[in-house]
Amino acid sequence: MSGQALQVKVWRGKQTGAYTLYEVPRQESQTVLDVVTYIQRHLDPSLSYRYACRVGMCGSCAMTVNGVARWTCRTHVAKVVQGNGLEIAPLANLPVIKDLATDMREFFDKWARAKGQFAGTATRHDEFAQVPPASRERAAANAGIECIGCGVCYASCDVVAWRPNFLGPAALNRAWTLANDVRDQAQRERLKAVAGDAGCHACHTQGSCSERCPKQIEPTAGIAGLKRLAARAAVRGQLD
Amino acid sequence: MDTPVPDTGNPVTQAKLWYWQRISAMLLALCVTAHLAGMIYAVRGGLTAAEILGRTRGSITFGIFYAVFVLACTVHVPIGLARICEEWLGLSSGKAAWVARLAALLILAMGLRAVYGVVA
Repeated sequence: MSGQALQVKVWRGKQTGAYTLYEVPRQESQTVLDVVTYIQRHLDPSLSYRYACRVGMCGSCAMTVNGVARWTCRTHVAKVVQGNGLEIAPLANLPVIKDLATDMREFFDKWARAKGQFAGTATRHDEFAQVPPASRERAAANAGIECIGCGVCYASCDVVAWRPNFLGPAALNRAWTLANDVRDQAQRERLKAVAGDAGCHACHTQGSCSERCPKQIEPTAGIAGLKRLAARAAVRGQLD
Repeated sequence: MDTPVPDTGNPVTQAKLWYWQRISAMLLALCVTAHLAGMIYAVRGGLTAAEILGRTRGSITFGIFYAVFVLACTVHVPIGLARICEEWLGLSSGKAAWVARLAALLILAMGLRAVYGVVA
């Protein structure tokens, strides 16, 4: 057990509010989620925050730690502490419900607007689709398929901050995985939905999403792919 | 419930703007490299206006190269400016498009005038 206590600034309030300072005992192998939980259980029960699995599978505990969006259950204090200070805030680019909990509805609404749902036409009476796992399209889809919708990429994206209607990296990544799904039948509608200045074309490939994704997904690669698909479709008159 | 979906910009237009931006960027990469190389070569041992004009006056090569350069800028710059207007100044896409058209006109007119000025 390390000697000095942590000085932890935590956002309290909604869109407007202030940071409150808490003193938290430092432990070995302590995560930022441990710190937030300690505050809520021992220091201030009125602190609101989200978590579920606490083992890096669900993505519920994503918050802004020292300015960077992270999964707090997978962030060791030792890795991010500055001196003995921590600053914990809710995810950026989303309305704040209270303290560290954000309203994620817009994030998921954009997912739907990007046509991020599989649209198949085969029935139980048809043969199984034969999709070679090593095919170029399936490999591209698999590279992005593990997204669990945690919102870290969305919170890290400058374009989301500058253009409120930008669909965002997660929604576009999901659209990309479906664009590469040979069984999907809604390709034309999906491409129309994701092309446009609120879609893939607004991305400047700054790369914060790819850098911060806890599942090592690269939304920038998928968005670049969507740009190529859209350009090809536009030239062939298939985008309207 | 979902708020009204704002205009995302016609997909075909956006796709075309994107690839014209890319194509003009490729052209500009070549033009800028050639321009820099030419300048470094020409500036050896000092430079005077008379020396510059001595090279450019009557040169079809200069005329064509720099006219192409101006055209590439006319395509590339306004698209980028429109994006900046939307993202940093919060202009609507309609207003940003007008800024872009104005910029395109200015670059084309001033650029070609400059090329004419040194070549004619």
